[in-house]
Formats: sequence, structure tokens, C-alpha cells
Amino acid sequence: MNEIILLKNGEIALKGLNRSVFEDKLINNARRRLTDLGKFGFRKAQSTIYVEPKEENIDLDEAVERLQKVYGIIALTKAAVVEKDFEAIKHTAVTYLKDELLEAKTFKVDAKRSDKSFPLKSPQICAELGGYILENFPHLTVDVHNPDVTVVVEVRDFAAYIHGKQLPGAGGIPVGSGGRALLLLSGGIDSPVAGAMMAKRGLEVFAIHFASPPYTSERAKQKVISLAEKMTAYCGRINLFVVPFTEIQEHIRDDCPEELFTIIMRRYMMRIACRIARQSDCEALVTGESVGQVASQTIQAMNCTDAVADMPVLRPVVGMDKEEIVQIAHKIDTFETSILPYEDCCTVFTPKHPKTKPVMKFVEQAEAVMDMEGLIQRAVNNTETIKINR
Amino acid sequence: MDQEIYYDNSATTRVRDEAAQLMLEMLCQCYGNPSSLHSKGFEAQQRMEKARKQVAASLGCDPSCIYFTSGGTESDVLALLGGSEAMKRRGDHIITTAIEHDAVLHTCKHLEELGWRVTYLKPDSQGNISVEQVLEAMEDKTVLVSIMAVNNEVGSILPVGEIAKAIRRKNPNTQIHCDCVQAYGKQPLKVGKNLDVDFLTVSGHKIYGPKGVGTLYVRKGAKIKPVLFGGGQEKDLRPGTENIAAICGMGLAAELICDEMKENEAHVAAIKNSLLEGLKKIPEVCIISPENATPYILNISVPGIRSEIMLHFMEEQGIYLSSGSACAKGGPSHVLSAMGLDRSIGDSALRLSFGRYNRPEEVPVFLEALQTAILRFKR
Repeated sequence: MNEIILLKNGEIALKGLNRSVFEDKLINNARRRLTDLGKFGFRKAQSTIYVEPKEENIDLDEAVERLQKVYGIIALTKAAVVEKDFEAIKHTAVTYLKDELLEAKTFKVDAKRSDKSFPLKSPQICAELGGYILENFPHLTVDVHNPDVTVVVEVRDFAAYIHGKQLPGAGGIPVGSGGRALLLLSGGIDSPVAGAMMAKRGLEVFAIHFASPPYTSERAKQKVISLAEKMTAYCGRINLFVVPFTEIQEHIRDDCPEELFTIIMRRYMMRIACRIARQSDCEALVTGESVGQVASQTIQAMNCTDAVADMPVLRPVVGMDKEEIVQIAHKIDTFETSILPYEDCCTVFTPKHPKTKPVMKFVEQAEAVMDMEGLIQRAVNNTETIKINR
Repeated sequence: MDQEIYYDNSATTRVRDEAAQLMLEMLCQCYGNPSSLHSKGFEAQQRMEKARKQVAASLGCDPSCIYFTSGGTESDVLALLGGSEAMKRRGDHIITTAIEHDAVLHTCKHLEELGWRVTYLKPDSQGNISVEQVLEAMEDKTVLVSIMAVNNEVGSILPVGEIAKAIRRKNPNTQIHCDCVQAYGKQPLKVGKNLDVDFLTVSGHKIYGPKGVGTLYVRKGAKIKPVLFGGGQEKDLRPGTENIAAICGMGLAAELICDEMKENEAHVAAIKNSLLEGLKKIPEVCIISPENATPYILNISVPGIRSEIMLHFMEEQGIYLSSGSACAKGGPSHVLSAMGLDRSIGDSALRLSFGRYNRPEEVPVFLEALQTAILRFKR
């Protein structure tokens, strides 16, 4: 018996004339995520995408698991492929769904017939197949409103498909269908979550990380690479830009008032991120800031940082509690990596009492003494690009 | 900087060529299971017994007292768990020191959870423990005393020989364990003679042997129970198919390092002394290691520059050293805290540890790098 995977695309189905653009993006993303498992064929019909293995011995369960992390899919299931013969459909249904039916108490049959040449009409399929299932599983009763198992039969042009319970997909819209954004990836818990959330809304995510050796270690950078690798399960390919930040931090330390270290540093990060974003066709920045979480994440501080950004700064977790963010971090499997203890091992640049409500005028005055353009230019020029692909 | 400077020999050492070569042979040719009855197994067993003799000779004991384990940690855990379990009817008290390796300290914490009482002796400001302290802490119900020979962070040499002698006089029923990981191959250790203990821990990878192998010396007649169970290897005290390649590598490394002990000591002492001379000229540096410490370890501090920053700066120059001990990443060092050191000194502590592959020419390079770092980071 042959098996395929059916993908139900959720929100995309509501799109108008450009729907096929979204669907093609989704198919592209799904195909890329499965390449190393073997060859697959993709076909779209109505709001379903048919993923058909084109080789023997492909690990379909692994494929399902991966596709559950592809944004743009609301639900998915493996299905049995049967020839369009009712006897064959009957037998396949009770063998293919045996385990599910044994566990259930109630069921119903749902039939879709797009091949109108098939002799039985949909209600007839339901009735006949329902009867046959009852014969084989006498413990079951029919419940058309709230069944434990829905046996779905789809009679299509080339074949009939049978499946039971659907698995939840990741939802959202296909990564890349909404353009590209640059994520400030620190190594903490929040930024990977922010990145995944924006990917869910269709943005392709690139990431930027600021490294300050020797104040931060090679292990800290490796940790950020690991985080980006984990994120690819949801976000697809990621270009990670690692910016050398030591010189700027040392200048801030030497030239600026201590209580403004953090805000001035954040402003430099924004400026550099905007330049790298322009160079790599990103149209927005994404950060993992949440209002009130730490001293630099107040709305006054955000005012000061956004003033130097010349593109939108998206903060998807801005109104979330730490607990809620942690929950998502667990779900996208970045939590364990995020809490590795390599993050900024130093406290040299953390002021004892940072300004929680920085005043723009003073911040600008403090910055004025620095050779801002030179510092930024050197950091941008020496930025390392790491292509993270899975 | 064309060549690396490895000042982290107390964390681990490079495997010496002779040992590596022997291990390759054991892995690819003499790969039999020592328990197999055929000649391939017998040959492997013979090689393993040779290694056992090599280690036994280095400690001046009978080969039957040597048990191979997976390393220093396992030997410590086996001595503490197995040694206490075998004595639980005789008492409920254990003595150790606050400056032991975590393998001992964390096992003691576990034993406390099981109902044992543990006394942790506090060192003096030099990282030392006195005979009197130990005697004072002893009770009728003290069944086990575990004390290290050389501290791994500051290099203080503890008077374990004297302590063992005094314990024997006071209560012959108290068993004694000595963690010799940092002392083995660096100072003469003769069990039953200058070091009359019941259990003694040695690790393979600190003596230019491989990781993943160590030994526990168990005095004939000492009471100990196994903590692992299996197919009878190592007289059922440490079952599991023997890691013969590592065991043979360690055996050879043990024999060689004991032959070279004097030579090595003179070599590292010269390096340490010339370092000390240079360091004394840098006012920002304070020396944490006591004056009579082992020549293999030098703990210093540059208050105001956190250990990690210095460590990462040094690695950029190809110089490898340690903040506290390599095993305790993050967190303040329990050894330095126990010695009563100021936090500002402890947070900036750097451990340099030397070995036979270090060269005197490295000293000025290191001193220069240190001064560069101080200029850059000190404010």
C-alpha cells in the first residue's frame, strides 16, 4: 500500500487572486525542508497539498514531523492511496485505520468525490463504508457531530485517499511570502521566540549577533549559531551576521557616562542592524524585547533606540510575560540552548544603575563625542556572514 | 604568536607519543576482550596486567591492589560510596575538607542525604589543613577520612602522610582515602610507607595518558563495596569490559612519568620561578598560591579584570590557562572562598599549571601578554 501526506493550508485558502503565490511558496518551503529525506512530488488541489514520496523507503513519519513545523499548514495527515474501486477502499479503510478505530468509541465517515465518474455518490460512500466498519468493529457507534475518529475518503482524479485523524500544523503563513526581516539574536530566551513568531507571519528571518571578544567567548558565538540552527526548523534558511562589537563597546566605556552605557550600546546595535538589513534586503528589524523586563526595555528606552532606526522595529513579544515566552521557547526547542551559561560572561559594560528612562537629549550629547561613522563602518565592514541551512 | 602556550596541564595534558602509539596498537591489533577464553583475549589480559604492574610499581604496592576505573571522578566516588557502605554498621561520620574536588564534595553531599554526617575541614589562608584539625574532628563513629594530596586550584601540598599516620594511631578502624590526582607522578607516593592510606585515587589524563581511565588503589584488607554491578571484572569491585587501550596507555604513562619525576620537577620549577620573578615586577598581580605549593601550579589574580575576560584575551594570543579549576565553569571557586580570599581577588583568579611540554622561552611571551591585557582592561 502506498502512503502520501496531505497538507491543509489554513489562512492561505482565504487569500484572493494571489493565493497560488502563497501556495507555491509553501510548496517550496516544504520541499526544501524534506530534501535530505528523499524525492517528493507536490500537487495542489482545492485547499490541499499532496506530498507524494517518489522513492522507496522514505521515512514518512520524520517527514510529517518536519512538516508540522512548516508555517502555512493548519493541519496534516498521512493517507493511504487506493485504486478507485469501492471494494479496495473498504478493505483499506479497515486495515489502514485499524488501530485508531479500535481505540475509538464513536466514528463517522466523511466522503469527498471530485471524480464524478466514480459510481457511488458521496452519501452512498458514507453509508456503505460506515456499515462495513460497524460490521468489522462492533464496539463502535456512529456519531456525526462529535466522533472520536473521522474516516475520510477522498475520491480524486488519479486515485482515492483514506485517512483518519489529522495532526495540527504550525499555522501561520508561508515563510518568505511577506518579505524579509533582520532579527537581533542575542543568545537569550526571547530573541529566538521573536524570530519564530515573525516567521509564522510569513517573514523570512535573517539574524544579526554582536560579539565582543574577549569579553564574550567563542562558546557564546557558537551558542548563537546553535540557536539559529534550531530556528531553521521553523524559519527555514537563515543568514547570520556576526558583528565585531568590541571596539564600539570599549569606546562607549571610555567616552560615555556609565548610566547611559546600555542605551547607547543599543542605539549602535540598531544603526548597524539597519545598515546590514539594507545590504541584505531586509525591510524591518525584529527584537525580543518585552516592556519592563529589564532596564533597557522600557518604552522610554525604546523611544531612544527606535529614533536611530530607519525601518520598522517589530517586537512580537513586547506584551508577553517571561513565562509565556518560555513556553514558546520550549515549543520551538530553543530553550535548552538559550539557558547555556555562556552569555555575556562579563559585567564590565553593565552599569550598576542604568537609566531606565533615558532622555534623548542627554543620550545624543553623550554620543556626540564619538567617531560614530568610523566605528559603525568598521563594524559593518568586518561583519562575518554565516549561512545556516538545514 | 606562532606556537601555543599551554598553561593548563592540571586540567588535562597532551597524550605522550609513546602512550598514543601503544593505544593505537591496542585498539587495532590487540583488541581482544580480556575475559575471552581464547588466545586473543588472553593476550589482551596480559597487556592489561602489565599496565596494572606499571601503576602498582609507581605506588609501591602489589598489583592486586590496583583497580582500573573510568577516571579520577569514578575512583573518588567508588572510594567514598563503597568505603562508607562497607562501614555503615561501625559509624555514621565522615571527614573531608572544604577544598576537595567536586567529585568528593558532591559525593559527600549525596552521603549526607543518605543520613551520613560529614565534617568539612576549613583550610587556612594558605590552603592547608593541619594534622591537629583532622584529629580534633575525629569521633568514635568516624569511619572515613578523605583528604587530597595536592589542591588542584592553588597547588597547596597537604600533609597527607602525617595525617594518615595520626589517624591510624588514634583510630585504626577509620579508613583513609587520598585523592592524589594532582600529586601522582609529581611527588613520590609510596602507599603503606610515606602514605599509609586505604584508598588512593589516580587519573590517567593528568600524566600524559588518555582520558577516560583512572585507578583506585585499595589496600589489602580495606573494606569496600562495589557501586556498579556486572560481569565480575576487576574482582567484581568495578565490573564492565575493561577499557584496555586506555588502561595500557595509562600504565605506560605512569611508568614513564615516575622515571622522569625529578627531571620534570626541576623543569617546571624553573619555569614557575622565572614566572614568579616576572610577576613580582607587575604591581597589579597578586599571587594566590602559597610559597611552598607544588611547582606544577601557580594561582594568581589581577583584581579588577575578571577571570573570563583575561582567559579569552589570552586564548586570542594562543595562551591557554584556567579560571579556578577547569571543571567549575562559572560561579565563585569554593576553594578560594574557603581560604577566605576576598571576592575581588577570587573573581579574577587565574590558574596556570605546567608540564613537561612547556618551554622556558614561553615565560616572557606570557608576561608580555599579561601586561598588554592589564593595560587594556584595567581601569
